[in-house]
Amino acid sequence: MLSDRISHRPLFQFSDQTLHYQGRTVLDRLSLSIVAGERVALVGGSGVGKSTLLKALREQLPDQVAWCPQQPGLVPMLSTFHNIYMGALDNHSLLYNLANLIKPLPAARSAVEPIAKLLGLEQQLFSSTDKLSGGQQQRTSIGRALIQKRAIFLGDEPVANVDEYQGDALLQLICQRHQTVVLALHDIAQALSTCTRIIGLKDGAIVLDAPSNQLQASDLADLYGAS
Amino acid sequence: MSTTHPTNTSASALRNLSLWFAVSALLCLFIIDIDISTTDPWAELGLMTAGALSPSVWSWPTLISSLANTFAFALQGVTFGAIGGFCLALGYRFALVRAFCAFIRSIHELFWALLFMQVAGLSSLTGLLAIAIPYAGTLAKIYGELFEEVDPAAANNLPRSGRNLSYFFYTVLPLAWRSMASYTSYRVECAIRSSAILGFVGLPTLGFHLETALSDGNYSEAAAFFYALLLLIGSLRLWLHLRLLPVYLIAVFYYLPPQATISWQLLVRFVSEDIVPTPLRGQSLYSGETLNSVGHWFNLLWQQQIWPGLINTLLLGQISLVFTGLLALALLPLNSSLFISRGRFMGRGRLLSGWTRGAGDSILILLRSLPEYLLAFVGLLILGPSMLPAILALGIHNGAIIGHLLGRYTDEINLRVDASRGATLYFYEVLPRIYRQFLAFLFYRWEVILRETAILGILGIATLGFYIDSAFETFRFDVALLLILVSAALNMAVDQFARYLRRRLQLKTTPESL
Repeated sequence: MLSDRISHRPLFQFSDQTLHYQGRTVLDRLSLSIVAGERVALVGGSGVGKSTLLKALREQLPDQVAWCPQQPGLVPMLSTFHNIYMGALDNHSLLYNLANLIKPLPAARSAVEPIAKLLGLEQQLFSSTDKLSGGQQQRTSIGRALIQKRAIFLGDEPVANVDEYQGDALLQLICQRHQTVVLALHDIAQALSTCTRIIGLKDGAIVLDAPSNQLQASDLADLYGAS
Repeated sequence: MSTTHPTNTSASALRNLSLWFAVSALLCLFIIDIDISTTDPWAELGLMTAGALSPSVWSWPTLISSLANTFAFALQGVTFGAIGGFCLALGYRFALVRAFCAFIRSIHELFWALLFMQVAGLSSLTGLLAIAIPYAGTLAKIYGELFEEVDPAAANNLPRSGRNLSYFFYTVLPLAWRSMASYTSYRVECAIRSSAILGFVGLPTLGFHLETALSDGNYSEAAAFFYALLLLIGSLRLWLHLRLLPVYLIAVFYYLPPQATISWQLLVRFVSEDIVPTPLRGQSLYSGETLNSVGHWFNLLWQQQIWPGLINTLLLGQISLVFTGLLALALLPLNSSLFISRGRFMGRGRLLSGWTRGAGDSILILLRSLPEYLLAFVGLLILGPSMLPAILALGIHNGAIIGHLLGRYTDEINLRVDASRGATLYFYEVLPRIYRQFLAFLFYRWEVILRETAILGILGIATLGFYIDSAFETFRFDVALLLILVSAALNMAVDQFARYLRRRLQLKTTPESL
């Protein structure tokens, strides 16, 4: 955990930086800082640069963030257990990881099972992920982030494929387990209820940056209008 | 005003390249010897057909044991080849490892066998190593390319972007595993062919008895061994399952443990003396006189063996490549539902067409199962010594392989309901769509064809293999080694050139069952 001493220094910082995606400028001359303890929602229409910004954030602190991308990148022929465990590969030796790949080891199981239970995946723990529904795959991906026990969570639409009720619960869980959270969200209600700060992106720039308790859903509608 | 528009189609680049290849093959045809020198090839063919129709087994124990030996060498060789290939594939991003793999696979199994025989004799170890070493090089390439093609998303999403072995085993290996397993099992089939062929240089596999029987004109006996080989290859998919593999492995290592009585004295002598160029033996390296005589030695070899061998290998390889391509294009309808179930010569109901397609593909699989070395040997008996049997053998074997794959590939084409039929369908709809893939397959096969061309020399065709075999026979191991290295260099150069062509034409660069 980060100590209080550095918690007021920005964790992430951009000053006048331009971000590109596949050679195209997505965010022009971006200035932004995020400090520890914040829960930030990135909102805006599709293609506006939320994913690009998240990637850039990840690159700033690659060893401190738990990463939950939109495409979960699961290994389809491996079980839910293994796909969650994958987040913790670095904590163990190669031999341990190999043995666990062949037959799940008790210690690894006791690390993964509580997480699977929180995510409602205990029934599917030893099914391969190609047999899971889209929502279950997304929860597996969140599980992989949770097992890393990092202070920062970066998620790109982490609950887009589950229903609203489950989505809210999962977002609560993510916020409980991480000191700092940055999420790209398309659901405005979820953004307002989960996060403390809303950053709105439009036309390659930040057009809105305010605490969520000062905003209403109607304030955000503009972000999705025609440019 | 009338203007002529320059042709600007994607097909034209492919067409031009094909034209150059065809022209070069035609020119080669004028240079080389393709005469039929036997007085009555039809009579010999008649005798063979009669033999093929009346197979007879003179000794069941011999047949069974040579069948078992063939399988044992093949499975042991692929097992060690797969282990070695896997380890090499882990380092496949390093140019040095890639070069090493290219080198060990550029030397044919038969040449490896001839080399190991000098120190380990006609032993089970020789058979195992002769297959395992080149197969390790091939499998390393395939595995390495499969690892590179795995969807990187799984590794990229992990905490440290997957850069150590743990990540490899969790995010790369599971994704590549199926393709690896299916390719490796295909290599078992190839290894059985290789193993059978090792009999031609004296190892106790099917090829040994095949060669004896064929040379003596005992075609009925030869037919029995031949059918045994086909049966072994054809039935593989019925009984060679991954789950039973441990049983088979224990069985083959128990039945034929890899061993050899190696005389260390002989080994030391072989390495430190026999394979050292004659003028260098016992001489100081840096004296002008030694250099002079080495130069003379090499010059003579170049003029008498290396240059003619190289040229003949290249000429024969080029013709065989083009012939392979033509045969593949002609044979592909046999395994294509576009032609068998919709084409003009069918259309008598689905049941029948399903059956005919099965039969059509069986022909291709049968032709593919025939080792080209054996085909060439039979061809020589019928047609007499010239390059013709070699061209036919290489074309039939490789053409059937590519035809089979291309036929399967055409099944992915979605035609409009009003598409034409028969020959028009072939030339207007199918050929343009598959041509890119066809060239990709053909260029993959190029290196293999050239390597085979070299070894057909052992049968008396004046390619590099001919001079290599003669050198072994006269115990001039220094010459043999030099010539083997020359043939390896040629194969590697062609492989590089084919890779360059594939890139330039943007052909699919992933391997299939080739």
